[in-house]
Amino acid sequence: MFPSFFAPAGDLFAELDRLSRDMQQLFDGLPVNIRAGRRGGFPALNIGYTPSSVEVYAFAPGVDPQRIKVEIHKGVLTIEGERASDLPPASDKVNVYANERMAGSFKRVISLPDDIDPAQVDATYRDGLLHISIKRRADAQPRRIAIH
Amino acid sequence: MTETRSNVPAETRRDDPVLLPPVDIVEDDTGITVYADLPGVPKDKLAVRVDRESLTIEGEISFGLPEKMDAVLAEVQAPRYRRSFTLSRELDTDKCDAVFKDGVLKLRIPKVEHAKPRRIEVKVG
Repeated sequence: MFPSFFAPAGDLFAELDRLSRDMQQLFDGLPVNIRAGRRGGFPALNIGYTPSSVEVYAFAPGVDPQRIKVEIHKGVLTIEGERASDLPPASDKVNVYANERMAGSFKRVISLPDDIDPAQVDATYRDGLLHISIKRRADAQPRRIAIH
Repeated sequence: MTETRSNVPAETRRDDPVLLPPVDIVEDDTGITVYADLPGVPKDKLAVRVDRESLTIEGEISFGLPEKMDAVLAEVQAPRYRRSFTLSRELDTDKCDAVFKDGVLKLRIPKVEHAKPRRIEVKVG
């Protein structure tokens, strides 16, 4: 009826981008986390499990680490913060040719496995990469039983 | 006469799996500033190559990974960033200035003196 209402003019590329992502998901066939949102969220996340920990890598360049809020509540990890724009205010003396970098507030939410220990979390920020390491509870570790 | 750089952001070489770092590009009277997001790249793994015609930004993601880790989510799917641009001649590539902090590269390429805008006096004949 009013397609322009939903896809503002000039948003053709965003629409193509979305299409290609949907196609990719179709072919990948992998289930997507319900909280993943659209692909391409900021910060991009890589997550790995080791037998003793959950390792979360958040690619968050140019963010003041003091202003990143990392929280674990009821088995859900939230990474929240804000990134200021580096672009100068618009004026007739300045031309902006590309504005691809995310600016503004961001939030990513990740559900964690049941056996994590929210008291043993370590977060470091280096080279624009936020690494959160969450230990799994010792009583959940596989343990070899000695046979006498 | 500032608008002489219509050929600037032209990416080249996209054959091997690399990440395309998002950029902001701003031009003012005295030069061009490029900001690029390259999270996870330590300073010694970043290469910025500039010659008279082109600019290439390349970086390798490098950080310690624990052993025996199974990936459950990988939104970043390649360990390398690369992006190239062609430059125009009024840029003074010998005077580039690059700062790399917290995974953000800020590269300033000034214009050569005579390329800066000049107001042309219009005389009444």
